[in-house]
Amino acid sequence: MVPISWYLLLAALLFVIGAAGALTRRNGITIFLSVELMLNSVNLTLAAYSRLLDDHTGQLVVFFVLAVAAAEAAVGLALFIAIYRHRRTIDLNRINLMRW
Amino acid sequence: MLFDLVATIIKMAVFLGVLMGAIAPLMVWVERRGAGLMQDRPGPNRLGPWGLFQPLADVFKFFFKEDLTPALADRWLFLAAPALALIPALTTFVFIPFGPDVEVAGRMVPLVVSDADAGVLLFLAIASLGVYSLILAGYASNNKFSLLGGIRASAQLISYELAMALAVLAVLIPVGSFHLGRVVDYQHGLWNVVPQFLGFVVFLVAAFAETNRLPFDLPEAESELVAGFHTEYSAMRFAAFFTGEYVAMTTISALAATLYFGGWSLFGFPEWAAGALAGLVGPFWLWMGLIGLGVLLAKTSVFLFFFVWVRWTFLRFRYDQLMRLGWKVLMPLALVNLIAVAAATVAGWL
Amino acid sequence: MIEVAVFLLFAALALGSALMVVLLRNPVHSTLSLVLTLLAIAVLFVLLGAPFLAALQVLVYTGAIVVLFLFVVMLLNIGREEIATDRGLVQKGAAGLGALILLGMVGAALWQGTAGHELAPLTEDFVSLEVLATQLFGRYLVAFELVGLLLLVAVIAATVLAARPTPGEPLAAGDRLADAAPVERGGPEPEELAEPTAPSTAAEEAR
Repeated sequence: MVPISWYLLLAALLFVIGAAGALTRRNGITIFLSVELMLNSVNLTLAAYSRLLDDHTGQLVVFFVLAVAAAEAAVGLALFIAIYRHRRTIDLNRINLMRW
Repeated sequence: MLFDLVATIIKMAVFLGVLMGAIAPLMVWVERRGAGLMQDRPGPNRLGPWGLFQPLADVFKFFFKEDLTPALADRWLFLAAPALALIPALTTFVFIPFGPDVEVAGRMVPLVVSDADAGVLLFLAIASLGVYSLILAGYASNNKFSLLGGIRASAQLISYELAMALAVLAVLIPVGSFHLGRVVDYQHGLWNVVPQFLGFVVFLVAAFAETNRLPFDLPEAESELVAGFHTEYSAMRFAAFFTGEYVAMTTISALAATLYFGGWSLFGFPEWAAGALAGLVGPFWLWMGLIGLGVLLAKTSVFLFFFVWVRWTFLRFRYDQLMRLGWKVLMPLALVNLIAVAAATVAGWL
Repeated sequence: MIEVAVFLLFAALALGSALMVVLLRNPVHSTLSLVLTLLAIAVLFVLLGAPFLAALQVLVYTGAIVVLFLFVVMLLNIGREEIATDRGLVQKGAAGLGALILLGMVGAALWQGTAGHELAPLTEDFVSLEVLATQLFGRYLVAFELVGLLLLVAVIAATVLAARPTPGEPLAAGDRLADAAPVERGGPEPEELAEPTAPSTAAEEAR
C-alpha cells in the first residue's frame, strides 16, 4: 500500500512547479495552465487526506474546486479573447495600460 | 483473480473481434452500397457477392498508398492523432453490457467487460477524449483548412456533449444507478424510448454531432474545408480516422440501444431461448452471451443503418446554425426533459 | 506491490508532464502536457479510492476545460508566432530558488503531518457513490446550490466578455477582429463559440 505521504510529496512538487511557472512565464495562457496545475495539486492533497481520515469531505471539496475551476477557466479565457481583440497579444509584459 | 482476468480478456477479445473484424468493414460496405441505393445507382458491386469484398480492397489500397507527412507538420502530434481517434472509441465499449450476470463454473460473471459502478459516467468521460484526435490532427497538420476543422471540432463536440449528457442523466434518474446493466434491467417491461421520447431525440441528434456525421460533419465539410482536420492524412493514417469514425458510431449506437431500447434484453426472449438451447447442448452462460450479443448487435445495426440513411438524405448545417441548434434548442429541450423526468420520478409515475 | 508500481509510474508521468507544461515554448504543447498531467492525477484518484473524482476529472477537466483552452489558443492563433518574452536569468534563478524553498516548507509540513500513519484498508462504503451523493445533497446542499449559482454567473460573464462589439459601438484602435476568428460566411461567431461550455458540463454533472 502506498503511504499517503508520497501522494502529499507529489502534490507539493506539482504545486511548486505550477507556482514557478505562473511566476516566470509571460504568456497568459501558460500562466493560466500553471494555475490549473496548482489547483490540481491541491485536489490531490484533498483526496489523499480524505483517504487518510476516511472522510468524504475532502472528495466533496475537490468536486467544488472542479466547478470553480470551470467557472474560472470560462471567465478567464473570455477575458483573454477580449484583451486579444484590442491589443492583439496576450503577452502579459505588453498588456501594461494600467502601469504608471 | 486469474479467473476474472481470463474472463475479462475473453470478453474483450469477443468485443474487439466483433467490432474490428465484422462491424467496421461491414459498415464501409453498407455506407457505400447505401449511398448507391439512395442515389439510384448500384454502388460498388463487382468484388464478391453484392460487392461484399469491397472493404478488403479498400484496406489493401490504403496499405499500398504513400504515407505522407507534411514538411512543416508538428511531427509527433501528427503521428499521435490517428491513434487517438481509435483508442477512446474502442475503449468505451467495455461499459456496454451484453447479458445478465451468469454463473460460470460456480462463479457469477457479469456479461460486461467492465462492471464499474459509474459505468455511464466513465463512458461519457472517455468518449469526451475523442475530441483530442480531431484537434491534434487539425493543429499538427500546419494547414489552415485543417486548423479550421480542428477549431470547429473542439467547439462542436463540447457543445453537444452537454445536451447528450443531460439526456443520459434523465435516463438514469428513475433507474437510480450509473451502471448500464441496471439500466437494462429497468427496461424489462417497457423500453425507455416510450416515456423518454424527447430525451431520445435530443440524444440522437447529439450523437450525430458527436460522431461528426452529416448533417453535422462541419469539421470535415469537404465543400468548404477540403477535408477539414484530416486534409493532410493519407494511407493507413487516414484509414485510422475512417475506422475510428465507424467504431465511434457503433459504440454510440450501442449506447443508444442500451439506454433507450432495452440493450441485450428483448422482453425475456433471450433468457428463454438460452434456457431452451442449454437444455439441448452446451452451457447456459455461453448461449446467454451469444444471444445477448446477437440482440444487442441487431439493435445497434438498426441505428447504424439510420446513420447512413441520414447521411445521404440531409444537407449539411451551416456552422452558426449548428451552434444555435446545440445551445438554443437541444440544451433547453434536454433541461426540460430532465426536470420533467425528475418530477415524474418523485411523483412515482416512472 | 502492483499498487506501488502504478503509483510510481503515474507519479513520474504527472511530474514529467507538469514540467513540460511550464517549460515548453509552444502553448499548444503546454496545454497537451497538462492533459497528460490531469490523466495521471485521475489514475492517482482511483488509487486513492475516489473513482467518482477520477471520472469527473476526465469528463470536466480534460474533456471540457482543457478543450476550451485549446480552442482559445487555436482561435487566437498564438501557436508559433507569439514566442513569450520571458524574464531574464536573474528572475528565473530567483523563481527556481523560491520554488525550492517553498517545496521544502510545504513538503516538510505535509510529510511530518502524515509520516508513520497507517492506512485503513479501502472499504466498500468509502468507494461507494451513494454515500458520497448523500453527503453532497445533504450536508453540503447549500454549497452545492451556491456553486450552481456561481456557474450561472460565470456563463453570463463569459458570454458578455467575449461578445463581439455591437455594430454601432466605436471600435478601439487596432481592433481587427476579422482575422482573429475563423470567418467564412456563416463561420463561428466568437461569442457563441466562446460560450463557457466547461462550467455547464460541470453544472450538468452537478444536476
